[in-house]
Amino acid sequence: MNPNSDLFEYLKQKASWVRKETLKIHKIAQETRIASSLSAVEIFVTLYYGKIINFKPTDLRWENRDRLIISKGHGAISFYPMLADLGYFDKEELGRVGQEGSFLGCIPDCIIPGFETTNGALGHGLGVACGISLALKRKGRGEKVFVILGDGELFEGSIWEAVMFAGEHRLDNLIVIIDHNKVCMLDYCRNVIDLGPLDDKFRVFRWKVETVDGHDVYALYNALVMLRGDKEDKPRVLIAHTIKGKGIPRLETDPLSHVKSLKAEEIDAILAELK
Amino acid sequence: MKNEIRTMRDVFIEGIYNRMHKDSTLFFISADFGSPKLDMLREEFKDRFINVGIAEQNLINISTGLALEGFTVYAYAIAPFLTMRAYEQIRVNLSLHAQLKEVNVNLIGVGAGLSYDVSGPTHHCLEDITIMRSLPNMTLFSPSDWKLTEKFVDYSIRMKKPKYLRLDGKPLPQIYDSIEDSEFQNGFKELVKGEKICLVSTGYMSHKALRVANLVNEHQIRVGVIDLFMLKPLNEELFSESISLYDYVITLEEAFINKGGLDSLVASVIDRKNAKVRLKRMGFEDAYVFDMGSREHLHKLNHLDEKSIIKNIEEWT
Repeated sequence: MNPNSDLFEYLKQKASWVRKETLKIHKIAQETRIASSLSAVEIFVTLYYGKIINFKPTDLRWENRDRLIISKGHGAISFYPMLADLGYFDKEELGRVGQEGSFLGCIPDCIIPGFETTNGALGHGLGVACGISLALKRKGRGEKVFVILGDGELFEGSIWEAVMFAGEHRLDNLIVIIDHNKVCMLDYCRNVIDLGPLDDKFRVFRWKVETVDGHDVYALYNALVMLRGDKEDKPRVLIAHTIKGKGIPRLETDPLSHVKSLKAEEIDAILAELK
Repeated sequence: MKNEIRTMRDVFIEGIYNRMHKDSTLFFISADFGSPKLDMLREEFKDRFINVGIAEQNLINISTGLALEGFTVYAYAIAPFLTMRAYEQIRVNLSLHAQLKEVNVNLIGVGAGLSYDVSGPTHHCLEDITIMRSLPNMTLFSPSDWKLTEKFVDYSIRMKKPKYLRLDGKPLPQIYDSIEDSEFQNGFKELVKGEKICLVSTGYMSHKALRVANLVNEHQIRVGVIDLFMLKPLNEELFSESISLYDYVITLEEAFINKGGLDSLVASVIDRKNAKVRLKRMGFEDAYVFDMGSREHLHKLNHLDEKSIIKNIEEWT
Protein backbone atom coordinates (compact mmCIF):
# COMPACT_ATOMS: atom_id res chain seq x y z
CA MET A 1 0.00 0.00 0.00
CA ASN A 2 1.18 3.51 -0.83
CA PRO A 3 2.56 5.27 2.29
CA ASN A 4 0.85 8.46 1.13
CA SER A 5 -2.55 6.86 0.72
CA ASP A 6 -5.63 8.25 2.42
CA LEU A 7 -5.54 5.60 5.14
CA PHE A 8 -2.20 6.73 6.49
CA GLU A 9 -3.12 10.40 6.31
CA TYR A 10 -6.23 9.49 8.25
CA LEU A 11 -4.24 7.55 10.86
CA LYS A 12 -1.81 10.45 11.27
CA GLN A 13 -4.68 12.86 11.77
CA LYS A 14 -6.26 10.56 14.32
CA ALA A 15 -2.97 10.21 16.17
CA SER A 16 -2.62 13.97 16.31
CA TRP A 17 -6.17 14.31 17.62
CA VAL A 18 -5.66 11.57 20.22
CA ARG A 19 -2.48 13.25 21.43
CA LYS A 20 -4.31 16.54 21.95
CA GLU A 21 -7.24 14.89 23.71
CA THR A 22 -4.86 12.97 25.95
CA LEU A 23 -3.20 16.22 26.95
CA LYS A 24 -6.61 17.70 27.74
CA ILE A 25 -7.35 14.75 30.01
CA HIS A 26 -4.01 15.18 31.72
CA LYS A 27 -4.86 18.83 32.30
CA ILE A 28 -7.84 17.87 34.47
CA ALA A 29 -6.36 14.63 35.85
CA GLN A 30 -2.78 15.34 36.80
CA GLU A 31 -2.27 11.86 38.24
CA THR A 32 -2.51 10.33 34.75
CA ARG A 33 0.81 9.12 33.40
CA ILE A 34 1.15 11.39 30.43
CA ALA A 35 4.57 10.40 29.08
CA SER A 36 3.75 6.71 29.13
CA SER A 37 0.41 7.34 27.41
CA LEU A 38 1.95 9.43 24.63
CA SER A 39 4.39 6.76 23.52
CA ALA A 40 1.57 4.33 22.72
CA VAL A 41 -0.68 6.67 20.68
CA GLU A 42 0.18 5.40 17.18
CA ILE A 43 -0.03 1.79 18.38
CA PHE A 44 -3.61 2.22 19.61
CA VAL A 45 -4.59 4.32 16.59
CA THR A 46 -3.26 1.82 14.06
CA LEU A 47 -4.90 -1.12 15.80
CA TYR A 48 -8.35 0.48 15.93
CA TYR A 49 -8.63 3.09 13.16
CA GLY A 50 -6.47 0.92 10.92
CA LYS A 51 -9.01 -1.87 11.56
CA ILE A 52 -6.34 -4.36 12.48
CA ILE A 53 -8.60 -5.33 15.37
CA ASN A 54 -12.19 -6.58 15.05
CA PHE A 55 -14.35 -4.78 17.58
CA LYS A 56 -17.95 -3.80 18.23
CA PRO A 57 -18.58 -0.93 20.63
CA THR A 58 -22.31 -1.76 20.84
CA ASP A 59 -21.68 -5.31 22.04
CA LEU A 60 -18.83 -5.61 24.52
CA ARG A 61 -19.15 -9.40 24.73
CA TRP A 62 -19.38 -9.84 20.93
CA GLU A 63 -18.04 -13.33 20.28
CA ASN A 64 -16.06 -12.40 17.19
CA ARG A 65 -14.19 -9.51 18.77
CA ASP A 66 -10.44 -9.73 19.01
CA ARG A 67 -9.26 -9.39 22.60
CA LEU A 68 -6.99 -6.51 23.55
CA ILE A 69 -5.16 -6.71 26.87
CA ILE A 70 -3.40 -3.51 27.82
CA SER A 71 -0.86 -4.79 30.28
CA LYS A 72 0.85 -1.42 30.74
CA GLY A 73 -2.28 0.01 32.35
CA HIS A 74 -0.88 3.43 33.20
CA GLY A 75 0.00 4.10 29.60
CA ALA A 76 -3.53 3.65 28.31
CA ILE A 77 -4.96 7.11 28.97
CA SER A 78 -4.58 7.85 25.26
CA PHE A 79 -6.98 4.97 24.68
CA TYR A 80 -9.80 6.91 26.40
CA PRO A 81 -10.42 9.50 23.64
CA MET A 82 -10.37 6.73 21.05
CA LEU A 83 -12.90 4.62 22.93
CA ALA A 84 -15.22 7.62 23.19
CA ASP A 85 -14.72 8.48 19.52
CA LEU A 86 -15.43 4.88 18.50
CA GLY A 87 -18.66 4.87 20.49
CA TYR A 88 -17.79 2.88 23.62
CA PHE A 89 -19.00 5.74 25.80
CA ASP A 90 -20.04 9.37 25.64
CA LYS A 91 -17.33 11.89 24.75
CA GLU A 92 -18.43 14.07 27.64
CA GLU A 93 -16.96 11.48 29.98
CA LEU A 94 -13.48 12.55 28.86
CA GLY A 95 -13.94 15.78 30.77
CA ARG A 96 -14.52 13.93 34.06
CA VAL A 97 -11.51 11.59 34.30
CA GLY A 98 -10.58 10.98 37.93
CA GLN A 99 -13.52 12.97 39.21
CA GLU A 100 -16.39 11.95 41.48
CA GLY A 101 -18.84 9.67 39.77
CA SER A 102 -16.63 9.04 36.73
CA PHE A 103 -15.78 5.51 35.65
CA LEU A 104 -12.60 6.73 33.99
CA GLY A 105 -9.74 6.43 36.47
CA CYS A 106 -6.21 7.77 36.23
CA ILE A 107 -5.27 4.13 35.80
CA PRO A 108 -7.88 2.17 33.82
CA ASP A 109 -10.02 -0.66 35.20
CA CYS A 110 -12.13 -3.17 33.35
CA ILE A 111 -15.19 -1.27 34.54
CA ILE A 112 -14.52 0.92 31.47
CA PRO A 113 -16.28 -0.27 28.30
CA GLY A 114 -13.60 -1.48 25.90
CA PHE A 115 -11.19 -2.76 28.53
CA GLU A 116 -11.14 -6.55 28.87
CA THR A 117 -9.07 -6.72 32.06
CA THR A 118 -7.68 -4.59 34.87
CA ASN A 119 -3.99 -3.95 34.62
CA GLY A 120 -2.88 -1.26 37.02
CA ALA A 121 -0.47 -3.79 38.52
CA LEU A 122 2.24 -4.64 36.01
CA GLY A 123 3.25 -8.02 34.68
CA HIS A 124 -0.15 -9.72 34.67
CA GLY A 125 -1.45 -9.01 31.19
CA LEU A 126 0.61 -11.42 29.13
CA GLY A 127 -0.17 -14.49 31.26
CA VAL A 128 -3.90 -13.71 31.26
CA ALA A 129 -3.72 -13.18 27.48
CA CYS A 130 -2.04 -16.59 27.13
CA GLY A 131 -5.00 -18.14 28.97
CA ILE A 132 -7.42 -16.38 26.63
CA SER A 133 -5.39 -17.49 23.57
CA LEU A 134 -5.44 -21.05 24.81
CA ALA A 135 -9.20 -20.90 25.44
CA LEU A 136 -9.88 -19.58 21.92
CA LYS A 137 -7.67 -22.24 20.39
CA ARG A 138 -9.34 -25.04 22.34
CA LYS A 139 -12.70 -23.77 21.16
CA GLY A 140 -11.41 -23.67 17.59
CA ARG A 141 -12.09 -19.97 17.24
CA GLY A 142 -10.24 -17.59 14.96
CA GLU A 143 -10.13 -14.39 17.02
CA LYS A 144 -6.75 -12.92 17.88
CA VAL A 145 -5.45 -11.79 21.24
CA PHE A 146 -3.49 -8.53 21.21
CA VAL A 147 -1.38 -7.43 24.17
CA ILE A 148 0.29 -4.08 24.79
CA LEU A 149 3.31 -4.49 27.04
CA GLY A 150 5.55 -1.78 28.40
CA ASP A 151 9.29 -2.38 28.36
CA GLY A 152 9.75 -1.46 32.03
CA GLU A 153 7.22 -4.17 32.74
CA LEU A 154 9.58 -6.74 31.24
CA PHE A 155 11.49 -6.69 34.52
CA GLU A 156 8.59 -8.62 36.07
CA GLY A 157 9.33 -12.36 36.34
CA SER A 158 5.73 -13.28 35.60
CA ILE A 159 6.18 -11.89 32.07
CA TRP A 160 8.87 -14.46 31.34
CA GLU A 161 6.80 -17.29 32.78
CA ALA A 162 4.21 -16.35 30.18
CA VAL A 163 6.78 -15.84 27.39
CA MET A 164 8.01 -19.41 27.93
CA PHE A 165 4.45 -20.72 28.07
CA ALA A 166 3.33 -19.03 24.84
CA GLY A 167 6.33 -20.34 22.91
CA GLU A 168 5.93 -23.86 24.22
CA HIS A 169 2.20 -23.97 23.47
CA ARG A 170 2.60 -22.33 20.05
CA LEU A 171 -0.01 -19.67 20.74
CA ASP A 172 -0.15 -18.41 17.17
CA ASN A 173 -3.26 -16.33 17.84
CA LEU A 174 -1.29 -14.13 20.23
CA ILE A 175 0.15 -10.82 19.01
CA VAL A 176 2.16 -8.81 21.52
CA ILE A 177 3.21 -5.24 20.90
CA ILE A 178 5.97 -3.90 23.13
CA ASP A 179 5.83 -0.15 23.56
CA HIS A 180 9.62 0.05 23.75
CA ASN A 181 10.01 3.60 25.00
CA LYS A 182 13.15 2.69 26.94
CA VAL A 183 12.25 4.51 30.13
CA CYS A 184 10.85 2.97 33.32
CA MET A 185 9.97 5.01 36.40
CA LEU A 186 13.30 6.19 37.73
CA ASP A 187 15.66 5.93 34.79
CA TYR A 188 16.36 4.63 31.32
CA CYS A 189 15.74 0.87 31.34
CA ARG A 190 19.29 0.20 30.16
CA ASN A 191 20.63 1.81 33.35
CA VAL A 192 18.48 -0.48 35.48
CA ILE A 193 18.87 -3.82 33.70
CA ASP A 194 19.74 -3.73 30.01
CA LEU A 195 16.91 -5.50 28.18
CA GLY A 196 18.88 -5.97 24.99
CA PRO A 197 18.97 -7.82 22.77
CA LEU A 198 15.22 -7.95 23.21
CA ASP A 199 14.46 -9.56 19.85
CA ASP A 200 16.83 -12.45 20.54
CA LYS A 201 15.33 -13.01 23.96
CA PHE A 202 11.92 -13.65 22.40
CA ARG A 203 13.38 -15.61 19.50
CA VAL A 204 15.05 -18.18 21.74
CA PHE A 205 11.70 -18.71 23.47
CA ARG A 206 10.28 -19.61 20.04
CA TRP A 207 8.48 -16.39 19.17
CA LYS A 208 8.25 -14.71 15.81
CA VAL A 209 9.76 -11.25 16.20
CA GLU A 210 9.37 -8.07 14.17
CA THR A 211 10.73 -4.62 14.91
CA VAL A 212 9.20 -1.33 13.85
CA ASP A 213 9.23 2.43 14.40
CA GLY A 214 6.30 2.71 16.79
CA HIS A 215 5.39 6.23 15.71
CA ASP A 216 5.29 5.44 11.98
CA VAL A 217 1.70 4.43 11.27
CA TYR A 218 2.62 3.08 7.82
CA ALA A 219 5.29 0.78 9.27
CA LEU A 220 3.07 -0.21 12.19
CA TYR A 221 0.15 -1.00 9.90
CA ASN A 222 2.18 -3.18 7.57
CA ALA A 223 3.88 -5.04 10.39
CA LEU A 224 0.56 -5.72 12.13
CA VAL A 225 -1.17 -6.86 8.94
CA MET A 226 1.74 -9.19 8.27
CA LEU A 227 1.80 -10.59 11.83
CA ARG A 228 -1.95 -11.07 11.86
CA GLY A 229 -1.94 -12.96 8.58
CA ASP A 230 1.22 -14.97 9.17
CA LYS A 231 0.73 -18.73 9.22
CA GLU A 232 3.71 -19.75 11.33
CA ASP A 233 2.63 -21.61 14.48
CA LYS A 234 4.34 -19.25 16.88
CA PRO A 235 3.27 -16.38 19.12
CA ARG A 236 4.24 -13.02 17.62
CA VAL A 237 5.85 -9.98 19.13
CA LEU A 238 6.21 -6.59 17.53
CA ILE A 239 8.90 -4.51 19.19
CA ALA A 240 7.76 -0.95 18.56
CA HIS A 241 10.54 1.55 19.14
CA THR A 242 8.87 4.58 20.65
CA ILE A 243 9.71 7.74 22.54
CA LYS A 244 8.32 8.23 26.00
CA GLY A 245 6.49 11.55 26.12
CA LYS A 246 6.40 11.68 22.30
CA GLY A 247 5.46 15.15 21.09
CA ILE A 248 6.51 16.99 24.25
CA PRO A 249 10.23 17.90 23.93
CA ARG A 250 10.64 18.45 27.66
CA LEU A 251 9.45 14.90 28.39
CA GLU A 252 11.15 13.22 25.46
CA THR A 253 14.60 13.83 26.91
CA ASP A 254 13.80 13.27 30.57
CA PRO A 255 14.57 9.86 32.13
CA LEU A 256 12.13 10.76 34.90
CA SER A 257 9.32 11.56 32.48
CA HIS A 258 7.10 8.79 33.86
CA VAL A 259 6.46 10.70 37.05
CA LYS A 260 6.34 14.16 35.49
CA SER A 261 3.13 16.05 35.04
CA LEU A 262 2.52 19.02 32.78
CA LYS A 263 1.02 22.15 34.26
CA ALA A 264 -2.21 23.52 32.84
CA GLU A 265 -0.52 26.58 31.27
CA GLU A 266 2.09 24.36 29.67
CA ILE A 267 -0.62 22.13 28.19
CA ASP A 268 -2.51 25.15 26.87
CA ALA A 269 0.66 26.42 25.18
CA ILE A 270 1.34 23.01 23.63
CA LEU A 271 -2.25 22.69 22.42
CA ALA A 272 -2.15 26.18 20.90
CA GLU A 273 1.05 25.28 19.07
CA LEU A 274 -0.41 22.00 17.80
CA LYS A 275 -3.34 23.84 16.25
CA MET B 1 -18.29 -47.48 54.92
CA LYS B 2 -17.69 -44.89 57.62
CA ASN B 3 -14.09 -44.41 58.74
CA GLU B 4 -12.68 -45.00 55.32
CA ILE B 5 -9.36 -43.18 55.20
CA ARG B 6 -8.76 -41.17 52.03
CA THR B 7 -6.76 -38.20 50.77
CA MET B 8 -8.87 -35.14 50.04
CA ARG B 9 -7.04 -34.22 46.86
CA ASP B 10 -7.51 -37.67 45.33
CA VAL B 11 -11.21 -37.65 46.07
CA PHE B 12 -11.57 -34.16 44.61
CA ILE B 13 -9.52 -34.88 41.50
CA GLU B 14 -11.45 -38.10 40.92
CA GLY B 15 -14.68 -36.10 41.10
CA ILE B 16 -13.41 -33.56 38.57
CA TYR B 17 -12.09 -36.35 36.34
CA ASN B 18 -15.52 -37.99 36.30
CA ARG B 19 -17.24 -34.75 35.38
CA MET B 20 -14.70 -33.86 32.69
CA HIS B 21 -16.07 -36.72 30.59
CA LYS B 22 -19.43 -35.01 30.26
CA ASP B 23 -18.53 -31.38 30.80
CA SER B 24 -16.15 -30.07 28.15
CA THR B 25 -15.83 -26.69 29.89
CA LEU B 26 -13.66 -28.03 32.72
CA PHE B 27 -9.93 -27.32 32.54
CA PHE B 28 -7.28 -28.59 34.96
CA ILE B 29 -3.95 -26.81 35.39
CA SER B 30 -1.09 -27.85 37.62
CA ALA B 31 2.08 -26.06 38.67
CA ASP B 32 4.08 -29.26 38.26
CA PHE B 33 2.30 -30.86 41.19
CA GLY B 34 0.79 -34.33 41.01
CA SER B 35 -1.19 -37.03 42.73
CA PRO B 36 -1.93 -40.64 41.80
CA LYS B 37 -5.44 -39.70 40.65
CA LEU B 38 -4.11 -36.85 38.54
CA ASP B 39 -2.18 -39.31 36.37
CA MET B 40 -5.33 -40.71 34.78
CA LEU B 41 -6.79 -37.24 34.32
CA ARG B 42 -3.76 -35.87 32.51
CA GLU B 43 -3.44 -38.99 30.43
CA GLU B 44 -7.05 -38.93 29.30
CA PHE B 45 -7.63 -35.19 28.90
CA LYS B 46 -4.47 -34.05 27.18
CA ASP B 47 -6.32 -31.08 25.64
CA ARG B 48 -7.74 -29.87 28.94
CA PHE B 49 -4.88 -30.59 31.29
CA ILE B 50 -1.81 -28.38 31.31
CA ASN B 51 1.27 -28.41 33.47
CA VAL B 52 2.52 -24.82 33.45
CA GLY B 53 5.70 -25.83 35.26
CA ILE B 54 6.86 -24.51 38.60
CA ALA B 55 5.33 -21.13 37.87
CA GLU B 56 2.51 -20.28 40.28
CA GLN B 57 2.08 -16.73 39.01
CA ASN B 58 1.50 -18.01 35.51
CA LEU B 59 -0.75 -20.74 36.89
CA ILE B 60 -3.15 -18.07 38.12
CA ASN B 61 -2.82 -15.86 35.05
CA ILE B 62 -3.43 -18.67 32.57
CA SER B 63 -6.37 -19.86 34.66
CA THR B 64 -7.82 -16.34 34.65
CA GLY B 65 -7.65 -16.10 30.87
CA LEU B 66 -9.36 -19.46 30.44
CA ALA B 67 -12.05 -18.53 32.97
CA LEU B 68 -12.72 -15.17 31.29
CA GLU B 69 -13.53 -17.18 28.16
CA GLY B 70 -16.03 -19.33 30.02
CA PHE B 71 -14.03 -22.34 31.20
CA THR B 72 -14.31 -23.66 34.75
CA VAL B 73 -10.73 -23.94 35.86
CA TYR B 74 -8.94 -25.95 38.56
CA ALA B 75 -5.54 -24.55 39.48
CA TYR B 76 -3.55 -27.05 41.47
CA ALA B 77 -0.41 -26.51 43.56
CA ILE B 78 1.09 -26.79 47.02
CA ALA B 79 -0.93 -24.51 49.30
CA PRO B 80 1.71 -22.03 50.54
CA PHE B 81 3.13 -21.50 47.05
CA LEU B 82 -0.28 -21.25 45.44
CA THR B 83 -1.53 -18.61 47.85
CA MET B 84 1.59 -16.68 48.74
CA ARG B 85 3.80 -16.74 45.65
CA ALA B 86 0.87 -15.76 43.49
CA TYR B 87 -1.08 -13.61 45.94
CA GLU B 88 -1.15 -10.52 43.77
CA GLN B 89 -2.24 -12.53 40.75
CA ILE B 90 -5.07 -13.93 42.87
CA ARG B 91 -5.95 -10.47 44.15
CA VAL B 92 -5.96 -8.59 40.85
CA ASN B 93 -7.00 -11.24 38.37
CA LEU B 94 -9.46 -13.29 40.41
CA SER B 95 -10.74 -11.41 43.41
CA LEU B 96 -10.92 -8.02 41.74
CA HIS B 97 -12.24 -9.23 38.38
CA ALA B 98 -14.86 -11.40 40.08
CA GLN B 99 -16.63 -8.28 41.25
CA LEU B 100 -17.43 -7.36 37.64
CA LYS B 101 -17.22 -10.61 35.68
CA GLU B 102 -17.68 -14.31 36.01
CA VAL B 103 -14.35 -15.94 36.88
CA ASN B 104 -14.70 -19.53 37.99
CA VAL B 105 -11.20 -20.46 39.07
CA ASN B 106 -10.83 -23.04 41.82
CA LEU B 107 -7.53 -22.84 43.63
CA ILE B 108 -6.74 -26.29 44.96
CA GLY B 109 -4.08 -25.88 47.60
CA VAL B 110 -2.67 -29.06 49.09
CA GLY B 111 -0.83 -28.98 52.39
CA ALA B 112 -3.00 -27.07 54.84
CA GLY B 113 -1.37 -26.22 58.13
CA LEU B 114 1.34 -28.70 59.04
CA SER B 115 0.37 -31.39 56.52
CA TYR B 116 3.95 -31.28 55.27
CA ASP B 117 5.22 -31.62 58.83
CA VAL B 118 8.82 -32.68 58.22
CA SER B 119 9.34 -30.48 55.17
CA GLY B 120 9.84 -27.45 57.36
CA PRO B 121 8.48 -23.92 57.47
CA THR B 122 8.59 -23.20 53.71
CA HIS B 123 6.06 -25.99 53.22
CA HIS B 124 3.96 -25.34 56.31
CA CYS B 125 0.92 -23.21 55.56
CA LEU B 126 -0.14 -21.17 58.57
CA GLU B 127 -0.99 -17.83 56.93
CA ASP B 128 -3.39 -18.81 54.17
CA ILE B 129 -6.66 -18.49 56.11
CA THR B 130 -5.79 -14.96 57.12
CA ILE B 131 -4.71 -13.74 53.70
CA MET B 132 -7.36 -15.53 51.65
CA ARG B 133 -10.16 -14.42 53.98
CA SER B 134 -9.25 -10.80 53.42
CA LEU B 135 -9.94 -10.98 49.68
CA PRO B 136 -13.40 -9.80 48.57
CA ASN B 137 -15.37 -12.12 46.29
CA MET B 138 -13.31 -15.15 47.36
CA THR B 139 -14.74 -18.39 48.73
CA LEU B 140 -12.64 -20.17 51.34
CA PHE B 141 -13.28 -23.85 51.88
CA SER B 142 -11.40 -25.74 54.57
CA PRO B 143 -12.80 -29.29 54.76
CA SER B 144 -12.12 -31.72 57.56
CA ASP B 145 -12.63 -34.92 55.59
CA TRP B 146 -12.82 -36.32 52.07
CA LYS B 147 -16.59 -36.60 52.16
CA LEU B 148 -16.98 -32.83 52.46
CA THR B 149 -14.32 -32.40 49.80
CA GLU B 150 -16.32 -34.64 47.48
CA LYS B 151 -19.37 -32.47 48.10
CA PHE B 152 -17.41 -29.46 46.91
CA VAL B 153 -16.97 -30.90 43.39
CA ASP B 154 -20.44 -29.98 42.16
CA TYR B 155 -20.47 -26.81 44.24
CA SER B 156 -17.27 -25.69 42.48
CA ILE B 157 -18.89 -26.05 39.07
CA ARG B 158 -22.17 -24.44 40.11
CA MET B 159 -20.85 -21.40 42.01
CA LYS B 160 -19.10 -19.36 39.35
CA LYS B 161 -16.69 -17.48 41.60
CA PRO B 162 -13.05 -17.79 42.56
CA LYS B 163 -12.56 -20.25 45.40
CA TYR B 164 -9.70 -21.48 47.55
CA LEU B 165 -9.72 -25.08 48.71
CA ARG B 166 -7.49 -25.60 51.69
CA LEU B 167 -6.89 -29.34 51.50
CA ASP B 168 -5.00 -31.45 53.97
CA GLY B 169 -2.07 -33.34 52.48
CA LYS B 170 -2.44 -36.48 54.57
CA PRO B 171 -4.97 -39.30 54.26
CA LEU B 172 -7.58 -38.72 56.96
CA PRO B 173 -10.51 -40.73 58.28
CA GLN B 174 -14.05 -39.89 57.35
CA ILE B 175 -16.08 -37.66 59.67
CA TYR B 176 -19.27 -37.23 57.64
CA ASP B 177 -21.57 -39.95 56.34
CA SER B 178 -23.26 -37.45 54.12
CA ILE B 179 -24.25 -33.82 54.33
CA GLU B 180 -27.35 -32.08 53.06
CA ASP B 181 -26.99 -29.23 50.56
CA SER B 182 -28.52 -26.77 52.99
CA GLU B 183 -26.13 -27.80 55.77
CA PHE B 184 -23.24 -27.53 53.37
CA GLN B 185 -24.29 -24.01 52.39
CA ASN B 186 -24.38 -23.00 56.05
CA GLY B 187 -20.64 -23.54 56.18
CA PHE B 188 -20.47 -25.37 59.50
CA LYS B 189 -21.87 -28.37 61.32
CA GLU B 190 -22.27 -29.07 64.97
CA LEU B 191 -20.80 -32.55 65.11
CA VAL B 192 -21.25 -32.97 68.87
CA LYS B 193 -23.78 -31.18 71.01
CA GLY B 194 -22.26 -30.18 74.32
CA GLU B 195 -22.88 -28.06 77.35
CA LYS B 196 -21.20 -24.82 78.29
CA ILE B 197 -18.03 -25.36 76.27
CA CYS B 198 -17.69 -25.74 72.51
CA LEU B 199 -14.68 -26.43 70.35
CA VAL B 200 -14.84 -24.66 66.99
CA SER B 201 -12.32 -26.12 64.63
CA THR B 202 -11.43 -26.32 60.95
CA GLY B 203 -9.66 -28.87 58.75
CA TYR B 204 -7.37 -31.35 60.46
CA MET B 205 -8.12 -29.87 63.90
CA SER B 206 -11.71 -31.09 63.73
CA HIS B 207 -10.41 -34.66 64.04
CA LYS B 208 -8.56 -33.65 67.15
CA ALA B 209 -11.57 -31.79 68.52
CA LEU B 210 -13.65 -34.96 68.19
CA ARG B 211 -10.99 -37.00 69.98
CA VAL B 212 -10.83 -34.44 72.78
CA ALA B 213 -14.62 -34.43 73.12
CA ASN B 214 -14.53 -38.21 73.50
CA LEU B 215 -11.77 -38.12 76.07
CA VAL B 216 -13.39 -35.52 78.32
CA ASN B 217 -16.74 -37.23 77.97
CA GLU B 218 -15.28 -40.09 79.99
CA HIS B 219 -14.94 -37.61 82.84
CA GLN B 220 -18.53 -36.43 82.45
CA ILE B 221 -17.55 -33.21 80.71
CA ARG B 222 -19.68 -32.70 77.63
CA VAL B 223 -18.05 -30.31 75.19
CA GLY B 224 -19.56 -29.47 71.83
CA VAL B 225 -17.69 -29.66 68.54
CA ILE B 226 -18.44 -27.43 65.57
CA ASP B 227 -16.63 -28.12 62.33
CA LEU B 228 -16.35 -24.82 60.46
CA PHE B 229 -15.50 -25.81 56.91
CA MET B 230 -16.68 -22.85 54.84
CA LEU B 231 -14.83 -19.90 56.28
CA LYS B 232 -16.25 -17.71 53.53
CA PRO B 233 -19.14 -17.40 52.95
CA LEU B 234 -20.42 -18.55 56.34
CA ASN B 235 -24.02 -18.38 57.52
CA GLU B 236 -23.06 -16.10 60.38
CA GLU B 237 -26.58 -15.74 61.67
CA LEU B 238 -26.99 -19.45 62.19
CA PHE B 239 -23.46 -19.91 63.43
CA SER B 240 -23.98 -17.18 65.97
CA GLU B 241 -27.16 -18.90 67.18
CA SER B 242 -25.29 -22.17 67.59
CA ILE B 243 -22.41 -20.80 69.61
CA SER B 244 -24.69 -18.58 71.67
CA LEU B 245 -25.95 -21.72 73.40
CA TYR B 246 -22.52 -22.09 74.96
CA ASP B 247 -20.70 -20.02 77.57
CA TYR B 248 -17.23 -20.69 76.25
CA VAL B 249 -15.75 -21.30 72.82
CA ILE B 250 -12.26 -22.58 72.06
CA THR B 251 -11.10 -22.16 68.46
CA LEU B 252 -8.68 -24.75 67.10
CA GLU B 253 -6.74 -24.20 63.89
CA GLU B 254 -3.46 -25.21 62.32
CA ALA B 255 -2.74 -21.60 61.55
CA PHE B 256 -1.36 -18.49 63.18
CA ILE B 257 -3.73 -17.05 65.74
CA ASN B 258 -4.55 -13.43 66.63
CA LYS B 259 -4.12 -12.25 63.08
CA GLY B 260 -7.19 -12.87 61.01
CA GLY B 261 -7.67 -16.63 60.92
CA LEU B 262 -10.50 -18.82 62.18
CA ASP B 263 -10.18 -17.26 65.64
CA SER B 264 -10.73 -13.77 64.27
CA LEU B 265 -13.69 -14.94 62.23
CA VAL B 266 -15.35 -16.42 65.33
CA ALA B 267 -14.42 -13.38 67.43
CA SER B 268 -15.97 -11.02 64.91
CA VAL B 269 -19.19 -13.04 64.83
CA ILE B 270 -19.37 -12.99 68.63
CA ASP B 271 -18.69 -9.29 68.54
CA ARG B 272 -21.17 -8.32 65.89
CA LYS B 273 -23.97 -10.51 67.17
CA ASN B 274 -23.38 -9.37 70.75
CA ALA B 275 -23.14 -12.97 71.83
CA LYS B 276 -22.27 -13.53 75.48
CA VAL B 277 -19.58 -16.06 74.78
CA ARG B 278 -16.03 -16.11 76.04
CA LEU B 279 -13.34 -17.07 73.57
CA LYS B 280 -10.02 -18.85 73.81
CA ARG B 281 -7.87 -19.11 70.69
CA MET B 282 -5.62 -22.10 70.07
CA GLY B 283 -3.23 -22.34 67.15
CA PHE B 284 0.28 -21.20 66.38
CA GLU B 285 1.85 -18.18 68.01
CA ASP B 286 3.74 -15.56 66.04
CA ALA B 287 6.69 -17.74 64.99
CA TYR B 288 7.63 -20.24 62.30
CA VAL B 289 8.14 -23.87 63.22
CA PHE B 290 11.65 -25.11 62.52
CA ASP B 291 11.43 -28.20 64.73
CA MET B 292 11.48 -31.64 63.19
CA GLY B 293 9.16 -34.48 63.98
CA SER B 294 5.66 -35.75 63.39
CA ARG B 295 2.65 -33.49 63.17
CA GLU B 296 1.61 -34.57 66.66
CA HIS B 297 5.06 -33.83 68.01
CA LEU B 298 4.93 -30.35 66.51
CA HIS B 299 1.48 -29.86 68.02
CA LYS B 300 2.84 -30.80 71.42
CA LEU B 301 5.68 -28.30 71.12
CA ASN B 302 3.18 -25.61 70.19
CA HIS B 303 0.56 -26.47 72.85
CA LEU B 304 -1.96 -27.70 70.34
CA ASP B 305 -1.97 -31.31 71.52
CA GLU B 306 -4.93 -33.00 73.16
CA LYS B 307 -3.53 -32.48 76.65
CA SER B 308 -3.22 -28.73 76.13
CA ILE B 309 -6.75 -28.50 74.79
CA ILE B 310 -8.12 -30.49 77.71
CA LYS B 311 -6.22 -28.24 80.10
CA ASN B 312 -7.98 -25.24 78.61
CA ILE B 313 -11.33 -26.99 78.92
CA GLU B 314 -10.69 -27.85 82.56
CA GLU B 315 -9.85 -24.26 83.37
CA TRP B 316 -13.42 -23.45 82.44
CA THR B 317 -15.15 -26.33 84.19
